[in-house]
Amino acid sequence: MFAACADPASLEGLVWMMCYLTSGKHLMFYMSFGTVLLVLAATAPLALGFGYGAAMAARSSAAPLRWFGHGYISMVRGVPDIIFFLFVPIALDQGIEYLLSRAVCDPSVPVRQGSDFIVCAAAKVPAVTAAPWVHNAYAIFLAVIAFAIVFGAFAGNVLYGAMKAVPRAQLETAEAYGMSRAQINRRVLVPQMWTYALPGLSNLWMLLIKATPLLFILGVQDIVYWARELGGSKSHHYDYPHPDWRLYYFTGLLVFYLLMTMLSERVLDRLRARLSRGQATLAGEQMRKALA
Amino acid sequence: MNKLTFITAAFALMAGAAAAQDNVRIGTEGAFPPFNFINDSGEIAGFERDLGDELCRRAELSCTWVTTDWDSIIPNLTAGNYDVIMAGMSITDERREVIAFSDAYFPELPSAYAAPTEDANIGDGAVVAAQTNTVQANYVAESGATMLEFATPDETVAAVRNGEADAVFADKDFLAPIVAESGGDLVWVTGQDDIRLGEGFGLGLRQSDEELRERLSTAIQSMKDDGSLNELLTQWFGEEAVHF
Repeated sequence: MFAACADPASLEGLVWMMCYLTSGKHLMFYMSFGTVLLVLAATAPLALGFGYGAAMAARSSAAPLRWFGHGYISMVRGVPDIIFFLFVPIALDQGIEYLLSRAVCDPSVPVRQGSDFIVCAAAKVPAVTAAPWVHNAYAIFLAVIAFAIVFGAFAGNVLYGAMKAVPRAQLETAEAYGMSRAQINRRVLVPQMWTYALPGLSNLWMLLIKATPLLFILGVQDIVYWARELGGSKSHHYDYPHPDWRLYYFTGLLVFYLLMTMLSERVLDRLRARLSRGQATLAGEQMRKALA
Repeated sequence: MNKLTFITAAFALMAGAAAAQDNVRIGTEGAFPPFNFINDSGEIAGFERDLGDELCRRAELSCTWVTTDWDSIIPNLTAGNYDVIMAGMSITDERREVIAFSDAYFPELPSAYAAPTEDANIGDGAVVAAQTNTVQANYVAESGATMLEFATPDETVAAVRNGEADAVFADKDFLAPIVAESGGDLVWVTGQDDIRLGEGFGLGLRQSDEELRERLSTAIQSMKDDGSLNELLTQWFGEEAVHF
């Protein structure tokens, strides 16, 4: 990166360290923090959306929808996460390619040949010729979907419980005013539900942060991958040989995750205070007394 | 006129299909220096990178490299995430049941035991580190020693350094620079530093990709014939390394 770093073998001490920490590989490591934050930023709203849909379906008056909602929530919650993380991306990837291949390839060629899964070049997603970043983005996309499906089920359970916790009298009053079901949901149920849902959702958020190292399993080069790769001892084949430094790299990750947790705690506390305002819950009641 | 347009279109399509086939993705581990590793610029480098690029040039393929972890390197090949494995993979009969191999591009590999002392016990009662799903792991499992398996080669060496294992059993060419640079912390175990396993390293391909396999084997043969493969071996492994 710097001109002084052109010949790493001649460097020593602080300059060596500076050059080492700004090598192309380290820049990729720093960027992978962005990947993790991106995955978190994309997964959280998506999972919340899945969860909201599942909770609404579970509360629906139409029986098939109700079964679907309950089925999704209990099934995903009951199966180890890692199975879904391994299953969903593969199933999605092969499912998309299979359907596409039936449309654009010669249908007489079977997709499964022995142990091989083969589709013609036109049905490859992403295309074989696509730039590496497209392949990476696709892997991240599949990972986000997998995360959203798993965490959506947990969020669905939390939201379903929170909706049930809203006092029945509130909804009945709304009905007495002649509001339609959609209006009740929008004006009464959902605004009141959040305060009950927040403790559960904040738990999920923390779990989601801690689950991001699973990205590595899905072939996304996340911070854990790079920490392990950079920390391992390096022989003379590398520009910057060094002994086993994994301990320092993993300590760095520890600090990162603790900072993330601390920051989240603060934001969630403020959110909790904001949502308790004007609510007839214990927290809301305390706020009202403090103001009075 | 219409006929002409049709024929032109058909040719364009065929050319397109041929061009698409010439794009080959090569999967590697990126954690096995000097065969394949991520260099300090963050690119895949090593003996196999140099060799693979030359093979692609000779076979007139346009190749891109991808990394994947060792455990899923074969499933990802059969699932079509890439077309060729080039990751220091020994040709074995067990693997032949699932994938096809090109001719060997690296001679029958010498494996070696490295330990803190030359007379370290590696048989009954010893704990030996090896990488999961390797010919070395199979060998250790049959040797009577307790095997400690790790996902990456680097961790097997770390296990010996921190005393978790009595010895590490791995490819000699991977261990050689580590032993040489350890300053005496690691040495070859006497009489156990040249054990021949497997049939050499080959490119792993899907069994249905017969045409690609032949093209790459031809390229490997041409590099063996004109001596350029031996030059690469010398460049990466020194004069004393095994040559074709």
